Amino acid sequence: MSESIKTFPQILLDNAEKYGHNKIAIREKDYGIWQSYSWQDYLDQVRDFALGLASLGFKRGDVMAVIGDNRPELYWGLAAAQCLGGVPVPLYQDAIEQELHYILDHSEAKFALAEDQEQSDKLLVLKKEIPRLEYIFYEDPKGMRKYTEPFLMSFTHVQELGRKFGQENPNYFMDEVNKGKPDDLAIICYTSGTTGNPKGVMLLYDAVVRAAKSFMEFEGLTENEEVMAYLPMAWIGDHIFCYAEAIVAGFTPNCPEDTSTVVHDTREIGPTYIFCPPRIWENWLTQVMIKIEDAAWIKRKMFHFFMDIASKAEKLRMAHESVPIGLQIFYQLGRFLVYAPLLDNLGMRKVRVAYTAGEAIGPEIFEFFRSLGMNLKQLYGMTESTALISIQKDGDIDPETVGTPAPGVDIKITENGEVTYKSPGNFVGYYKNPEATEETLIDGYVYSGDAGYITKRGHLKIVDRAKDVSKLTGGTLFAPKYIENKLKFSPFIKEAVAHGMNMDYVAAFIDIDYGAVGNWAERRHIAYTSYTDLAQKPEVYDLIYNEILRVNRSLSEDEQLRGAQIKRFLLLHKELDPDDGEITRTRKVRRKFVAEKYDNLISALYSDKDSVAVDATFTYEDGRTTTMKANLSIREAETF
Amino acid sequence: MNQKTEPLLRVEDIHISFGGLKALNGVSLEVYPGEIMAIIGPNGAGKTTMLNIINGVYTPDQGRIFFEGTERPLKMKPHNVAAMGISRTFQNLALFKGMDTWCNIMVGRTQKMHSNFFSQGVYWGTSQKEEIEHREAVEWIIDFLEIENIRKQPVGMLPYGLQKRVELGRALASEPKLLLLDEPMAGMNLEEKEDIARFILDTNEEIGYTIALIEHDMGVVMDICDRIAVLDFGNKIAEGTPEEIKSNPKVIKAYLGEAEQA
Repeated sequence: MSESIKTFPQILLDNAEKYGHNKIAIREKDYGIWQSYSWQDYLDQVRDFALGLASLGFKRGDVMAVIGDNRPELYWGLAAAQCLGGVPVPLYQDAIEQELHYILDHSEAKFALAEDQEQSDKLLVLKKEIPRLEYIFYEDPKGMRKYTEPFLMSFTHVQELGRKFGQENPNYFMDEVNKGKPDDLAIICYTSGTTGNPKGVMLLYDAVVRAAKSFMEFEGLTENEEVMAYLPMAWIGDHIFCYAEAIVAGFTPNCPEDTSTVVHDTREIGPTYIFCPPRIWENWLTQVMIKIEDAAWIKRKMFHFFMDIASKAEKLRMAHESVPIGLQIFYQLGRFLVYAPLLDNLGMRKVRVAYTAGEAIGPEIFEFFRSLGMNLKQLYGMTESTALISIQKDGDIDPETVGTPAPGVDIKITENGEVTYKSPGNFVGYYKNPEATEETLIDGYVYSGDAGYITKRGHLKIVDRAKDVSKLTGGTLFAPKYIENKLKFSPFIKEAVAHGMNMDYVAAFIDIDYGAVGNWAERRHIAYTSYTDLAQKPEVYDLIYNEILRVNRSLSEDEQLRGAQIKRFLLLHKELDPDDGEITRTRKVRRKFVAEKYDNLISALYSDKDSVAVDATFTYEDGRTTTMKANLSIREAETF
Repeated sequence: MNQKTEPLLRVEDIHISFGGLKALNGVSLEVYPGEIMAIIGPNGAGKTTMLNIINGVYTPDQGRIFFEGTERPLKMKPHNVAAMGISRTFQNLALFKGMDTWCNIMVGRTQKMHSNFFSQGVYWGTSQKEEIEHREAVEWIIDFLEIENIRKQPVGMLPYGLQKRVELGRALASEPKLLLLDEPMAGMNLEEKEDIARFILDTNEEIGYTIALIEHDMGVVMDICDRIAVLDFGNKIAEGTPEEIKSNPKVIKAYLGEAEQA
C-alpha cells in the first residue's frame, strides 16, 4: 500500500463530497423510527461539535473521554476530537466510578462526552476528585433540566457555540483538519487488564486506517454493508468496525434503540456484516436451544433431524471433502425448512460475513452457525493490533484455528510457544507506561501473551493464555480454557473451571446454568428449592455427566490433548460471581483465586472421596457476608 | 409550592354518602399548579371516592368544584372531565389487556383526535398530519418511560409493575393539566416502587405536570410529595408539608390507633 494515508476527518470530508445526502452514514432508532443521517449530515454534526469544542478551548493533543451506549452523537464526538488534533478515549459504559477514576486521571482528559444522566452523574462525582476535567457534555437531556453546573452542557448547546464560532472563524475547521498527519495519535483504547491497572493502547491514524483498509480488501467490503453498533464503544472491535471501517468504506452502522431491543432491531435492519464475541453467539445458541425444547413435537424433530444433516455436510465441507449428492439434497431441503427460517428469526439472513472475536469460541458453537449456512469466521485480533492479526479465509476454515495471517501481517511463534505478530495495525506503545511497552513491543513485534502454534495447513491455533498453559504429570498439554470452552457449549453449563496443572489427570468444577437446568428440571417434575439444591440433584448430575462424555469424546480426537480428558467432576453449590472475585466482570475465570478459595474441593477431586463438605462464604452486593454448609458429590467420568 | 397562586383545582365542602355511610363529610382541598399533592389515609377513609368525584365518576351530594378558577357542575360525565384536562390512572389497572403497549397509550390520545372517521380511514388531509403528531407523542412517552422493548407486546402478558407504567403512559398521552394517580405503587416490590417514583418525579419536573395522587405507602409519599392531605373516616384531619404531617398527632393516631396515647 503506497497510497498516502489520510486521517479520519479527512476521509470524512471526502465521503461528504462523494456521497453528500445520497448515502446514509449512520442510523439510530429513536422514538420507534430509524433516524438516518447522510454523510453530509455526519460531517455537519461533527464540524459544529468540533468548533464548539474549539470555542471552549480544546487544543491539539487534548484528550476527550467518551462514555455511553452506541449513539451517533458519541461517534461524532470521536470524530470531532480528531478534527481538532485531539485524542478520544472511549470508556466502558458499565464501568463503576472507581474503574473510571483511574482512566480519566491517567489519560489526563480535559473534556468528557457522556450519553445521558446516568453517565453524567458518574462524571460529576469524578470531577470533584479530578479537577483537570474541565467540561462535561451530555447527549440525552432527559432528567438534566435541574443541573446547573456551568461546566455541564448539552451536545446541541456545544454545537450552537460551534456554529457561532464557525461564523467568526470561517477557516478554522478546515485548517485544523488539514493539519492532521498519518503519524498523529488517533485514539487511546484502554484494555481491561486481568492483572493490574488498565493500559492505554496508543494507535496512530496510520495503523487504524491501514487496518480498516486491510479488512475491506480482505472481505471485499463495499459502501453497502449494514452493521449493528451495539458493542461497547471502548472495545477495539466496535471502534474498527463501526467507526474506522464505516468511514473508510463508507458503510452504515445502526445504533439500536436500547440495549434491551438489540435483538428486535437487528431483525429490522438485517445486517450484512456482523461481529460478536463468543459470549453473544453462545447466548443466541442457548436461546435457540431453549426455544426448540419448548417447541411443538414436529418442529423439534425436524430441527434435530436437519441439524444433523447440516452438521455432517459442514464437517465434510470444512475438511475439503465432497458432499454426497443425497446429503446435498437433504441439506437444500433443510435450508428451505429449517436453516433459512431460523437465520431469519435471528435477523441474520442477509449476513455475508460474520466474525467471532475477542476470545476463543467453542468449536461446537462455531460449527452450529456455519452449518446453518452463515459465513461465520474466527478473527484473532487485539487492541494492540487494531484487531488485525489473523482471519479465516472463505473456503479455508478449520474450526479449531483462527485462520491464516491477515494481509500484511507477519506471525512468529517464540520458542516457548508464545504468539508474536507484526501487523499494519500495530500500536506504538502504552500511554505513559514505557515499562509495559518495552515488555510487549520488541523489534516491531507484539508479544501477545497467547500460547499457540501454526498447524500443518498453515493456520494459527490459539490454545490458551500462555501463562495458563501447563502440563499434566504424564506430559500431556493442559490448556484449561480450551476444555472449559468445550464444556460451556452445553446450554446447561454456565461456567466451568478445569484443573490439572502438575496433576495426574484433569478434574473440573461445573457451574450449571440456573435458567436452562431449572427449566429442564421443571419439565421433568423435579422439585428444587434453590441453586444449591438443584445442582446436587442426582438427575442433574446425570445430565451433566453426558455433557462431560461429549467433551471427552471430542478431546480424544485431538492427538495432543487426548490425555487431558476429564476424569472427575463436581457441580458447584453457587454460581461463580464477579462480586465474590471468582471471575472478572468480563467473565474470565481468575484461576489463582479460585484455586485458593476452593482448595479443599480440589484436593477432594484428586482423592478417592465421593463427596466433599463445603463451607461457603457469600458476599452480598451491600458487602455483608454469610456462610452456608453443603455437601457436594463427586463423580467419575468415562474416558475414551 | 407557592400557596398564594391560584389553585388549579379547588374542591369545597364535599359531602357524599352511599346509603347510610357518609364517605366524605365536608372535605375541602386545593391542588396548586406544578405541585405533587398526595391524599393519604387508612382504608375506607374516602381517598378513592374523592378522586372519583373529581373526575366525574360520582356526583357529590353537596359541595363545589373549581377547576382553573371556574366552577364546574357537580354532575359531569367522566369523558367531559377528561376533555377539561384531568386524566387519571386506576388502583386496579384498567388497560386493554389484549392490545399492545403502543395501542394502549394511543388510546390516551383519543381526546386530541379531531379529524373524522372517514378521513382517518383513508389517511388523507389533516388526518395525516394529525396521525403523525399522535404517533410522535406516543413515541415520546415510550421513550420517556423507557418501555421501548415492550412497545409491541400485549399488556396482559407484562409484569404488574410494567402494566402500571403503561397505564401512566396512557394518562400522560392526553397531556392533562391535572394528573390523578390512584395508588400508583400498590402491589409493587421495592424496585418497582422506586422506578415509578422516579417517573412520577420526572413527569412533574420534566414535563411540568401537576399531580394529585393517592397512596398507601407513607415512605414513598413523604419522599416525593410537596404537600399532603390526610383523610380519616371521610374527614380531612390534616394538611401540610411531609415534615408537618409526620409530626402531626392526629395523623399518628389515625394510622397507629388509639393505643398510641396510652
